[in-house]
Amino acid sequence: MTIAVASGKGGTGKTTIATNLALVAAERYGYVTLLDCDVEEPNSHIFIKGQKVKEEVVNVKVPEVDESVCIECGACSDFCQYNAIVSLKGKPVVFKEMCHSCGGCSLVCQPKAIHEVDHRIGMINFYSAGKINLIYGLLDVGSPLSPPLISTVKKYESKNALNIIDAPPGTSCPVIEAIKDADFVILATEPTPFGLNDLILAVEVSRKLNKKFAVAINRVGSGDDRVHKYCKEENILIILEIPDDRKIAELYSNGKTIFENLPEYRKSFEEALTKIDGVIQNG
Amino acid sequence: MKVAFTSRGNSLDSEFDERFGRAMYFIVYDTETNQSEALENMAGVESAHGAGISAAKKLVDAKVEALVTGNCGPNAFNVLSGNGIKIYISDSKTVREALEEFKEGKLQTLSSPTKGGHWR
Repeated sequence: MTIAVASGKGGTGKTTIATNLALVAAERYGYVTLLDCDVEEPNSHIFIKGQKVKEEVVNVKVPEVDESVCIECGACSDFCQYNAIVSLKGKPVVFKEMCHSCGGCSLVCQPKAIHEVDHRIGMINFYSAGKINLIYGLLDVGSPLSPPLISTVKKYESKNALNIIDAPPGTSCPVIEAIKDADFVILATEPTPFGLNDLILAVEVSRKLNKKFAVAINRVGSGDDRVHKYCKEENILIILEIPDDRKIAELYSNGKTIFENLPEYRKSFEEALTKIDGVIQNG
Repeated sequence: MKVAFTSRGNSLDSEFDERFGRAMYFIVYDTETNQSEALENMAGVESAHGAGISAAKKLVDAKVEALVTGNCGPNAFNVLSGNGIKIYISDSKTVREALEEFKEGKLQTLSSPTKGGHWR
């Protein structure tokens, strides 16, 4: 079973929710896998401290052209929708960072001048933190395509225990990749105009993907009640509310979790996990 | 010599476009015949990725020797300069103004990209 924590707007508490839920789940089930798929800026490992077990380099396939075999027909260039291989004065030139690794250019190349080679895009780090198994992807600087790395991180989901995914913000391809196979999605937001605007986009994405989802509102007490009103109108479950409390912000800035340091808020995370369990079991 | 200008419309009197890869048209002016023609760039405007690369290929294919635009990213810069196309920078309002500046030798050539990828 997999719960993904996503949000339209960044900085609304995905990591806070994912790490604290992981601590609740570890205590309740004895074992949980936390997958940080926010590969452009993973930060779950700052809060869940463990021992590094191993690391793995992640590569994608990109074309390489053997110019001695190339007949300069331009078929590869015509085929590529991403301008990753382009015929210039007849000669195919490869732009590795544009490549989506579909392999199409090598298929349409009649003289078989194109073969695929590995191109590194990032790495995956594996940490063991007691009952929490933390796995996080880290995209290389200058590498623009994160979905292949996110998809590789997800391969390490546990088959028979709970997985929690810390997803990237936004509503584009990296988010879709992170949440598309989840059993439940938590959409984190804040009670502000920006928070609501981006929540609506995230709700549209979740509905399009036919996901079971609920909203978590962070910094409740700041801003206004527009997010609460929207959720009521749309009949969306609010699964968790985190108050606007300076103590929480101070803990976060010191890399500490709410669960381990503010016992008065433990219950709300425990109840959120129970509610999700209920929704997944009963539809 | 053929010179391309980035443009929002299909004539010399159209608005000059400061963008390269996603300019709607390239007005290609031939300095020997004083004739101009419009090359449309819908593929660039509509492409999700690599607009600069496909636009640069278009100019290489059209045997253009110089480009006058407002900005140029790293991939486009490499394709253009690697294929001997000189890049000149202008902030003119219309293509005709940019052409006059070019003819008068007032424009600076570009020796490195003006922007990072994705207009950053």
